[in-house]
Amino acid sequence: MHEMSLAEGVLQLVEETAQREQAQRVKLIVLEIGRLSSVEPDALRFCFEAVTHGSIAQGAALEIVDVPGAGWCMPCGETVPMTESFGACPRCGSYQVQPTGGTEMRVKEIEIE
Amino acid sequence: MCTVCGCGAGESKIEGGAHDHAHDHNHDHGHEHSHVQADGTVVTHRHDHAGEHAHGPEEAPLGVHAHTHRHADGSEHSHAHGHDGEHAHSHPHDEPHHEHGVSADLDYGAGPAGAHVPGLSQARMVQIEQDILSKNNTYAVANRRWFDERGIFALNLVSSPGSGKTTLLVKTIELLKAKVAISVVEGDQQTSNDAERIRATGVAALQINTGKGCHLDGHMVGHALQRLKPADDSLFLIENVGNLVCPAAFDLGEHHKVAILSVTEGEDKPLKYPDMFRAADVLLLNKVDLLPYLEFDADLAEANARRVNPHLTIFRVSATSGDGLSAWLNWIEAGLEAQRGQRGETVAALKQRVAELERQMEQMQAAK
Repeated sequence: MHEMSLAEGVLQLVEETAQREQAQRVKLIVLEIGRLSSVEPDALRFCFEAVTHGSIAQGAALEIVDVPGAGWCMPCGETVPMTESFGACPRCGSYQVQPTGGTEMRVKEIEIE
Repeated sequence: MCTVCGCGAGESKIEGGAHDHAHDHNHDHGHEHSHVQADGTVVTHRHDHAGEHAHGPEEAPLGVHAHTHRHADGSEHSHAHGHDGEHAHSHPHDEPHHEHGVSADLDYGAGPAGAHVPGLSQARMVQIEQDILSKNNTYAVANRRWFDERGIFALNLVSSPGSGKTTLLVKTIELLKAKVAISVVEGDQQTSNDAERIRATGVAALQINTGKGCHLDGHMVGHALQRLKPADDSLFLIENVGNLVCPAAFDLGEHHKVAILSVTEGEDKPLKYPDMFRAADVLLLNKVDLLPYLEFDADLAEANARRVNPHLTIFRVSATSGDGLSAWLNWIEAGLEAQRGQRGETVAALKQRVAELERQMEQMQAAK
């Protein structure tokens, strides 16, 4: 369910841009999805195809840029890689880690004609 | 449409509102106007604006916009137009808070070829770089600016259903209403029961029914602001729909999210629903008067909450017995004070700027 509605959010942004740019067709959509954003890329692809059916973005390729997770660990005082949101620091095991990267859910760019 | 759980939109109702509309609309309107040329001939022509507009809770019923227009026959006029990049126009609808930003330049030369040839492909990349939730955030930013300009302190209360949000709110209002003006927005899927409970305390309350929706969004709150018209320097409380998932992602323009967890729930709720506890700045651990009868470990619950959000300010309270409420009220009063102070600073800064400009004008006049 989560991914279905995200796909609709993406389509809304794409349709607005395409209309503003007087595009006839959308060929490619590039998204940035962080690993800590709790979005399942495969599920998103599947839903995307369903929601774009009959829209200006029908048949558009979907490129998902994977953004690795990162967090600022307060006890360590440095940026550490993160695999799950609200997880422990891989160095010291503390939970005082502020996610700093990988929470993105963005529409980066589209190719239109 | 909720981008978290996929619940429907367009079914939300604001109590007392005769209109029930979904708001993302585009304007494609035309207008006609006449010019009198030097030789006395009158030229009447039509042109269109195509564009979108953003809603903000601004009192700007008339739009200000720049536009370019071409004549259908391709001719160009050499006479001067009466408008210099700005004109006001009225709309068939009269919501007071529309702000029009119309940018509808038609540029057919923007493609890589630098020209437009019908039927010939001009594939190009367009940067969007927008968050999927950006639309809501635009409304939220407008709401927050509106609050800040008026010294209003706004809180968004979030929790699962049954944590005692409304009871806590009623108690808070009873204890604070003598000191500060308060207005309340109540969010629920159906019924106006909660707004009625709040109104019984004597303060203004507005119920928003979200229909299929699972959360309030920035746009709904913007409408509520227009309806409630909270007083300057007042306290604005938003009771969100009872839901620990979706409201976390939706900024309403509040200054703080306040999460409420009751001791009749599990200690591990902050771990099960970390997004909400992460989004909140304050946690109220409610119903603590029941602790002697339960096996609830309050320290463990607090530790779990701090694990997902080390910056949480936590108060243990009981809305029914009144335990711990004074610390919570002090926190609200400190927030109100800070908002007023900030507004005072803004006003002082503006006054200073006006004085400076007046001095400059005097100097210029003296120089003449």
